[in-house]
Amino acid sequence: MTLAPRSEFPLLAGNPDLCYLDSAATSQKPRAVLDAMRAYYEHDNANPHRGAYELSVRATDRYQESRDRIARFLGVPDSATLIFTRGTTESLNLVAAAWGRANVRAGDGIVITGLEHHANFVPWQQLALEKGATLRICDLTPTGEIDLDCLTGLLDARTRIVAFNHVSNALGSINPVREIATLVRERCGAIIVCDGAQSAPHFPVRFDALGVDFYAFSGHKMLGPMGIGGLVGRRSLLERMGPYQTGGDMIESVLDDRTTWNVLPHKFEAGTPNVAGAVGLAAAVDYLDGLGMDRVAEHERLILEAAIGSLGELEGVHVLGPPVSRRSGVVSFVVDEIHPHDLATVLDQQGVCVRAGHHCAQPLMRRLGVPATTRASFYVYTDVSDVVRLAEGIARAQAMFASPSAPRR
Amino acid sequence: MDLSALYQSIILDHNRRPRNFRELVDADRRSEGRNPMCGDELTVWLKMDGDRIDDVSFVGSGCAISKASASIMTTTVKGKTREEASALFERFHDLVTGSPAARPDDPTLGSLAAFSGVSRFPVRVKCASLAWHALRAALKGDDAASTERQ
Repeated sequence: MTLAPRSEFPLLAGNPDLCYLDSAATSQKPRAVLDAMRAYYEHDNANPHRGAYELSVRATDRYQESRDRIARFLGVPDSATLIFTRGTTESLNLVAAAWGRANVRAGDGIVITGLEHHANFVPWQQLALEKGATLRICDLTPTGEIDLDCLTGLLDARTRIVAFNHVSNALGSINPVREIATLVRERCGAIIVCDGAQSAPHFPVRFDALGVDFYAFSGHKMLGPMGIGGLVGRRSLLERMGPYQTGGDMIESVLDDRTTWNVLPHKFEAGTPNVAGAVGLAAAVDYLDGLGMDRVAEHERLILEAAIGSLGELEGVHVLGPPVSRRSGVVSFVVDEIHPHDLATVLDQQGVCVRAGHHCAQPLMRRLGVPATTRASFYVYTDVSDVVRLAEGIARAQAMFASPSAPRR
Repeated sequence: MDLSALYQSIILDHNRRPRNFRELVDADRRSEGRNPMCGDELTVWLKMDGDRIDDVSFVGSGCAISKASASIMTTTVKGKTREEASALFERFHDLVTGSPAARPDDPTLGSLAAFSGVSRFPVRVKCASLAWHALRAALKGDDAASTERQ
């Protein structure tokens, strides 16, 4: 059983044989999301915050309602501290640029982990290079989780930023965010940045209970459209930060020789916003709440158990990462003698979509000692039968690459 | 689509037992090929005798297509002149990209004809051409080639 019917997802309904196991890259979209975006453009479209006419007011209202709705979904009590961005990558760059450039000095420390997606790695690496700060990369345990003892050792009075993901996109490891936040607060005054791209879609998240200063997420991984996401931050920090980009909408007053900034959240949203994207994302979180985030997490856990069970029965298949109890709906694995790229091609010929490669996590691949992995990831429309097809496809690839005779179809 | 068109038995064979898969200690040229999309990396070594490729080898990690392509490339270009090798790359490139100029029955392609199926798998074209980009860079005297900067 799927948790959400495939019939409510036009792409899946139109391709009944498609086995889509790449939701960690992007999710499919329910009709409710597509309809909400279409309705916005058909009935309420105007440039918000500008026009002195009713239609513009409606567009402004739709935008604000969407912000409030998404803030409620993420446990953000003050919706003005939820900044809309293009997604996690832009959110993390915003913090690196607007907070980092103003606050990090030569000799300061920036701590990240070996588990990070490039989006939560490269901005900090570049900031450190620009400022002459030291980038420290926390080691991982053999199961691909943050080594808390190592992390403790990397923190000192000069640590200014600690950034890590809530859930690893490559392995599915769920990191103990609150425990890490406590550990950091006890040792230094660093800001704590959490990459939530892979957590917000998959289980209940309450920003106000995480203990972090910034939380970044992407709409398209949680049934919403591409091009919208957000950054949630502590008000006191956001207010002291300068803008990320400048231009229209983010100003209070523009004089010939200087400019003052608009209030939150507008200070960080220069230019015409992606209202349709925000409306679509609000419809997506409505849809998720309709399913129940606890049930989403439970459903993925059942699929995950089935997947690890069936892959475990195949000789030569090695699943990487932590046990099911500390893992989100992601299975990364390697198969003896078959490169992930070849495996993905063979699976694709059977209608099974998986990701093969470094998953935008080359530092992690080096630490795991593999050039690449194959990754299957699950969501509300995944069924155990998808996992069965994955296992059958792998077995077929093994037969093809092992056989010294001509390959079978 | 028939997978056996892509993974022909000669390709599977070269993947399992790549030829000239070693560092060439007395090489006079070397170039690294990199496909940033998938992380595949390989190094090609060349030993030139004037204008002729006296010896060629490679080492690297990659998929069956990129490894077999590198292996078959080394067996094909050994003994060829720089010009002959470049001309062969062009014919090979036409073949794997499905260019109208491609001539899969061209006898001079030899074992390279086994890659004719690649043109039906557009995402695998870069796998098949990675080693050739590295070879071309080495012939030009560059030490690196990327499938994204051609």
